[in-house]
Amino acid sequence: MNLAYRLAAGGAGDLPRLPGSLHLNRRLSQWLRFLPDGTIEVRSGKVEIGQGITTALAQIAAEELDVPIARIRMLPASTAASPNEGVTSGSLSTQESGSALRYACAEARAIYLEAAAARLGLPAASLTVVDGEIVAAGGARSSYAELADDALLEREARANVPPKESSQHRIVGTALARLDLPHKVYGEPRFVHDLELPGMLHARVLRPPSPAATLASLDETAARALPGVVAVVRDGSFVGVLAGHEEIAVKALTALQQGAVWHEAETLPDASALGDWLKAQPAETTIVDERGVSSAAGAAHTHRARYTRPYLAHASIAPSCALGQWHDGHLHVWSHSQGIYNLRADLALALALPPENIVVEHVEGAGCYGHNGADDAALDAALLARAAAGRPVRLQWSRADELSWAPFGPAMAVEIEADLDAAGAILAWRHELWSNGHSSRPGRAKTPALLAASQLGQAFERPLAINPPLAAGGGAERNAIPGYALPAWRIVNHRLLAMPLRTSALRSLGAFTNVFAIESFVDELAAGRGEDPLALRLRLLSDPRARAVLEAAAKRANWAAWEKREGRGHGIGIARYKGAGAWCAVVAEIEAGRDIRVERLVIAVDVGLAINPDGVANQIEGGAIQATSWTLKEQVRFDRTRITSDGWEHYPILRFSEVPRVEVEILPQPRQPSLGAGEAAQGPTAAAIANAVFDALGVRVRDLPITAERIVATVN
Amino acid sequence: MSARSAGAAATVRLDVNGAEHEVSAAADTPLLYVLRNQLGLKAAHFGCGSGECGACRVLIDGQAVASCDTPLWAALGKRITTAEGLGDAAHPHPLQSALIAEQAGQCGYCLPGILVSAAALLARKPQPAESDVRAALEQNLCRCGSHNRIVRAVLRAAQAVSRR
Ligand code: FES
Ligand code: FES
Repeated sequence: MNLAYRLAAGGAGDLPRLPGSLHLNRRLSQWLRFLPDGTIEVRSGKVEIGQGITTALAQIAAEELDVPIARIRMLPASTAASPNEGVTSGSLSTQESGSALRYACAEARAIYLEAAAARLGLPAASLTVVDGEIVAAGGARSSYAELADDALLEREARANVPPKESSQHRIVGTALARLDLPHKVYGEPRFVHDLELPGMLHARVLRPPSPAATLASLDETAARALPGVVAVVRDGSFVGVLAGHEEIAVKALTALQQGAVWHEAETLPDASALGDWLKAQPAETTIVDERGVSSAAGAAHTHRARYTRPYLAHASIAPSCALGQWHDGHLHVWSHSQGIYNLRADLALALALPPENIVVEHVEGAGCYGHNGADDAALDAALLARAAAGRPVRLQWSRADELSWAPFGPAMAVEIEADLDAAGAILAWRHELWSNGHSSRPGRAKTPALLAASQLGQAFERPLAINPPLAAGGGAERNAIPGYALPAWRIVNHRLLAMPLRTSALRSLGAFTNVFAIESFVDELAAGRGEDPLALRLRLLSDPRARAVLEAAAKRANWAAWEKREGRGHGIGIARYKGAGAWCAVVAEIEAGRDIRVERLVIAVDVGLAINPDGVANQIEGGAIQATSWTLKEQVRFDRTRITSDGWEHYPILRFSEVPRVEVEILPQPRQPSLGAGEAAQGPTAAAIANAVFDALGVRVRDLPITAERIVATVN
Repeated sequence: MSARSAGAAATVRLDVNGAEHEVSAAADTPLLYVLRNQLGLKAAHFGCGSGECGACRVLIDGQAVASCDTPLWAALGKRITTAEGLGDAAHPHPLQSALIAEQAGQCGYCLPGILVSAAALLARKPQPAESDVRAALEQNLCRCGSHNRIVRAVLRAAQAVSRR
């Protein structure tokens, strides 16, 4: 639930509209604070998840305040002090937090100029700020440091001081080095995993062997007998162990595994027929969008195809981790959650505590690509810390926990039909999709969405995954509305009402599959007409910024001069993320040998004003490589009872030798508002690869991942 | 201390980053936990605990190995180097400088293990080809897609060393 979601859900009443997250967090002191030593503390409710947001926000603050970036100290987000900006998701952080900070800092600068003017007896208009020094033309000076006074910012923002024009930017728009990277490269403690508190205990949770398993009996004797075990906790099917040393906690966990007897049940779908299964489930059906008359009247031919993707794992490189500590009925949690306030709300529900008694502090985790196990681990830590008599508890998930218990990106099926006239022109377009909801995030249901809450003796019913509203980009239906100028369409979304595998937000939500499907389908139409896929897209696209990225990518990849060779192919894909975010076009060049090998991805993006162009390139490149991995290799594996892809061996991801060359071109748009870059490349990359496979082999693979076996199965 | 006396904690000396340290742990304790929890060296990260991701890699007598998969007893009497031991802000290793120069990394969780693999490569082969770098990092996973920047950084570091 990012800000866009909350606004879509009804926002801040009748108050005048303020930019970004300033609207719901209106006190300037929530955002920044000047210290007498010249440092400026900046708080954002958006958190670092590996995307470089801290650096981009520091750039914005330094720019508006006219101070060197080294004076900005970005404070970690905490429910004790930070603005509530919902969830760090949806590629909205520069929009929501960035624009709030731009206005808050511009206004703060003006307030300090007023204060300096009063002190110096000069008009504020005669003063400027140079590196934090406030100077008058005649040489009189003051400074933020000298004037530092918290009372000055104890007021409501009015957003009446215009931020700088892009032509005045000196820091924003430059490829500033990431502030956090040196610490990480020198191996300094930085992650929540590295946090060490005095008297800390180590904990592990015994997770059931399958999603629907319940604990029949548990023999704790062997675990308790291990020297150094402090407590074994059991509440229903939730079991955990605390020990003074981490290795003892691990041994005790093995002992508990051996002492546990579970009831298991066959609740999982047939993994080999996911498309049919998705279509057969009870579902809530909504019309996402409809325009024109999408009947087949007058059509000479209707082309149809079904595309699927399997469940995908976040597969963060670090299994989730959290620390918890109780003190007098108050709980403190350290978590790599994407949404500290929402996590607090669900912890309050699960633990029957008033939210004021809980502080959730954000500490960085490894790269996060959506709703992973971070929040779940936080509840685990809180539950186990209850047995620690006030000592802090560090709870670490295992690799198997992470790959089988973090929520999955939902499996999806998409069916597209197009009615064509005798000349092959599109008369009408129908897009129908089946999927579980793409959000089980905490903080929005009456019962907690956290994993352990559904495993306790007094179990809470696990809320069914929903889709964020379309105004916030939608979930399963994200990017289901085609970006092409078509005369008629009808877009239908079936949200499943059964959820045997827990699903939630994974980078780009439904956009990945919808764009894969739409852009594959457009290629099929081009092939049917014998038309160049680039030419067909340009004919159907009227949005100039979409055309610009498509042409830029094609030009850079030298699309027109491609020489066809045995076993090699190129393909193209394009989308505007959410229909309202960044534009991204991808050209993929592949070689089809024993496996599909993506050799090169050429990408053009338009993200409006790029706050940090290298940061944008880094995110686009990283997203495209991850999408290549999803497209070629990834699927959650299971039998009818258990998840079987619980280690890297069974959930392979792209390795160094398999990673394509990636070239990213950012189209300069200094005057356009900034748009997030983190998710824009996902769908276009998958489509470009699938289209390149078709170009190379003449085989249209519509079910992801595109493995050698899939290609053989498709041919047969 | 031997593999057989696995259960009971014993005090042993460990040579880490050029200094002798006393640690107290059972012989079968994974080296990773000893480094992180007893010596406070947090660079080696836990990623899988089974030698499959490389996040926990350290150098043992110059070889890049998974410390999650190495019992304490197997590290006794050997020289252990973690990413902290390669360099720091005051005296960065050429690989560390190169990673920063290339802005190679997003979350950075994989980087210390990758540094260790790359350091072992450069010691073995000071002027690697790009394919050598990719092969040397094959057992290191990166989920953020920072691979190409990392490869460029390793090649840049090799150049920097050769120019010295
Ligand atoms: S944690 Fe040691 S290889 Fe993954
Ligand atoms: S930078 Fe995040 S895993 Fe490599």
